[in-house]
Amino acid sequence: MWTVPGTGVALPIFPGGYLIGGLLLLNLVFAHLYRFQLTWRKLGIQLAHAGIILLLVGELLTGLLQQDSYLRLDNGETKSYSESQRGMELAILDQTNPAYDEVVAVPESVLAEKGLIQHPKLPFKILIQGYYPNASMQRREQAPGAAPSIATAGIGTQVAVMPLPITYKTDERNLPAVYAEVLGTEGSLGIWLLSPALGMPQTFSYQNRNFQLTLRPTRYYKPFTVQLLKFTHDKYPGTEIPKNFASRVRVKSDDRQTDREVLIFMNNPLRYGGYTFYQAGFDNNDQTSILQVVRNPGWLIPYVSCIMMGLGLCIQFGFHLTGFIRKRSAA
Amino acid sequence: MKKYFPLALLAVFAAYVASTLWPLKNPTALDLRGFSRLPVLINGRIKPLDTVARTSLLMMQGRQRVVTPSGATILPAQWLADVLFDPKKADTYQIFLIENQEVLDLLNLKLEDGAGKKRFSYDQLRKGMPELDHQARLADQTEQPLRTPFQRQVMHVYDRALQYIRLKNSAQLADAPDFLAELVTFQKALPVGLAAIMARQQGKPASDDAVKVMNEMRDRFTYMDEVGYLHVVPPAKADPDPTHWRTVGSVLLDSFGTGTVDADAVGYAALGYAWRKQDAKQFNELVKLFSDRIGTRFVPQMEKSNVESRFNSAQPFYTGIVLYVAALLLGLFSWLMWPEAFGKAAFYLLGLGWLVATAGIFTRMWLEGRPPVTNLYSSALFVGWGAVLFCLILEKFYRNAIGTVAGAMLGFATLLIAHSLSMGGDTLEMMRAVLDSNFWLATHVVVISIGYSATFLSGFLAIIYIFRGVFSTSLDKATADALARMVYGIVCLATLFSLVGTVLGGIWADQSWGRFWGWDPKENGALIIVLWNAVILHARWGGLVKQRGLMSLAVFGNIVTAWSWFGVNMLGIGLHSYGFMDSAFYWLIAFVASQLLVIIVASFPLEKWRSFRNQSA
Repeated sequence: MWTVPGTGVALPIFPGGYLIGGLLLLNLVFAHLYRFQLTWRKLGIQLAHAGIILLLVGELLTGLLQQDSYLRLDNGETKSYSESQRGMELAILDQTNPAYDEVVAVPESVLAEKGLIQHPKLPFKILIQGYYPNASMQRREQAPGAAPSIATAGIGTQVAVMPLPITYKTDERNLPAVYAEVLGTEGSLGIWLLSPALGMPQTFSYQNRNFQLTLRPTRYYKPFTVQLLKFTHDKYPGTEIPKNFASRVRVKSDDRQTDREVLIFMNNPLRYGGYTFYQAGFDNNDQTSILQVVRNPGWLIPYVSCIMMGLGLCIQFGFHLTGFIRKRSAA
Repeated sequence: MKKYFPLALLAVFAAYVASTLWPLKNPTALDLRGFSRLPVLINGRIKPLDTVARTSLLMMQGRQRVVTPSGATILPAQWLADVLFDPKKADTYQIFLIENQEVLDLLNLKLEDGAGKKRFSYDQLRKGMPELDHQARLADQTEQPLRTPFQRQVMHVYDRALQYIRLKNSAQLADAPDFLAELVTFQKALPVGLAAIMARQQGKPASDDAVKVMNEMRDRFTYMDEVGYLHVVPPAKADPDPTHWRTVGSVLLDSFGTGTVDADAVGYAALGYAWRKQDAKQFNELVKLFSDRIGTRFVPQMEKSNVESRFNSAQPFYTGIVLYVAALLLGLFSWLMWPEAFGKAAFYLLGLGWLVATAGIFTRMWLEGRPPVTNLYSSALFVGWGAVLFCLILEKFYRNAIGTVAGAMLGFATLLIAHSLSMGGDTLEMMRAVLDSNFWLATHVVVISIGYSATFLSGFLAIIYIFRGVFSTSLDKATADALARMVYGIVCLATLFSLVGTVLGGIWADQSWGRFWGWDPKENGALIIVLWNAVILHARWGGLVKQRGLMSLAVFGNIVTAWSWFGVNMLGIGLHSYGFMDSAFYWLIAFVASQLLVIIVASFPLEKWRSFRNQSA
């Protein structure tokens, strides 16, 4: 982005999809209003261009409303949430009551501001002392030259954090790290290092309540649960070429209206409750299935616009063709 | 004479086509044909040994013909029989194509040592194999896109040599002078040996020799199982899964559990013995025994295997190339003399070539149980097929040989591309899980391929317009107008097909990956074709271009389509990338350059065009 000097108006140097798509949309709408004649002979042109407009609107909706997440399930495991691939959240779990956990989740964007975090459900405040969007971890013994850790509690005291530049590669993930200081009414309880790279959450007690701190992929809870019954991975005989991946899952809704088994495989997703579940991958020696979970309210629009554009062109070129044949047979 | 010329020529070429369908004769009394039809399982597909022989040869030496050191030409199946059963002899055949000087230096070989200065035998390679192995290991550490040309060549030669070694160990151990005798001895020693091993395990005294022999044989069979390439032994009768074909090594390893040596393994060893002795009676009996046994249990597989080996020997796409070239020459002549007779003859031959290609494509579809386009190779076949079909329709309307010439050029070019793509291995591949959807292969892929056909066709028609206009006086007003109408009509079709195909692709992506559009390079390539065709149409409707401009834009459509078809695969990223193709990259650059040159020629001032000189003067 390039800011016009003295105005604060930001102009993009490399225009993105929204700008170009938006201009194209405006252009097409005005072309409709201004140029096209409303006659039967122009029906094809009208239809084809209206189809493009619809497609652009649909993609705009998708861009704005689509939510992408992943559901990682081991064989037999049940989950009621999917996880974001990129976004992280700081989760504070109150585990005092063994029957359930009380969760407060703070999105990564708030952590990046390094401010003070308060929540009515928490008897303490959290001050973010440090935030790295991408970092690798090493045990302190193996990195003798590392700067001293500012962590004072938990595993963080034994770990050296090495900040890394943010990666944009499709096959790599950013693993953020956060130093979070817990401030009770009578002062600091300590500074914890939190990162998904650490593997396990860290616990502490305060005012006779047990808390757990973890930095984990953002969770999206659903009003239903998905249990992986069996993941199968077939290869073509005598080769490593994958023939089929399939997950047999059981979907159970919280309102007990739904309880059924479904087979999800390549090119055969499950559409349920406004979400679509795709077989995306596998892990862990075929013991873990990874499902992609997409919520896209506008998914039907491209189908409609495809029909409009195809039909429009067929009508338009049909007129040309019949005209051409009539002329030739007259000649 | 002129009246009957087209029909007479058609009859001659039809006879030529029929002659290719004739089954091959066995060169000797040995039933090589029956042998070549025996099915084996390899790369997930059951296919005849004939296909194994031909694809291996194409990969190793770039052609199917094998010339022995004595100068005789032998059939692919004959070569394979030597590799499987008489490896000493096969090692002398010069079938490794090595053109890279650095690799030759590595192997201590000189160009002059090779047949045709480029083909070498395994005997010649043998000495350098340890060094080649070492270099291949080094190259293997580098990621594929980052390898130097030398490293790529090393890997290329190494892979082929490895495949050859694996083939040699498929039916017998390559180092065994007489594998049948070895198995017979093993069979005799087996009861004593197993008893000795049992006794040893129970702590009783046992003959060291007997145990040692058993251990040695176990090592040999394990090696054979690991290295063997072909799964030649059909699944056991009790096995419910018809795809459980096994290597000879693996069934021989079972002997230690069952106490007997598998009949099929012995059968193949006996077949090898008969082949080495050239004993026709025994060889033919064994071939018949195998094909009867497999044929009664696997009826559809055996039927496909038979048809496939017939299909291989008929080489319909090679026949197609011959017919298209003949049609092209006749079509070009028809613009100089005898337009009626030559034009008609060219049209007939193009039609015949198209029928042959159609038959070939249908046979492939039946063999594979898939829609026509499943990989790059079949897309080349199909794009050409679609373009020629359009041309036949055009020619039916216009009868000026323009459709014929354009169709013959495109048909020839696409078959040539397909031929060079077939060097990569078996063209009837198994579909990866993501692509395993006959519905989408039949809709999205077919429609988008027809879009390619139409875009290329409009470009080639434009080239004809430009060349005839600039370099000859034959482009009169009527012809020019007719060409302009053709190009316009085909661009309309191209827009329709590429748009619908692209959107169908988006819908497939929505079905299987959860997004309609992901800016994948191939998706962008397809979109560019749609946009380019739309540009041409809008430029014409808006009066921005006249005939000549339309032609130049259509020629640029060739570049756009070639980029989307091959160029984006070379980027090596995205869901549609089928790997980097070295030599194809240079061809693509050459093609793009040639098309730009045509556009430059088209932009000569009109008074320089030989056809228009008189009009403007």
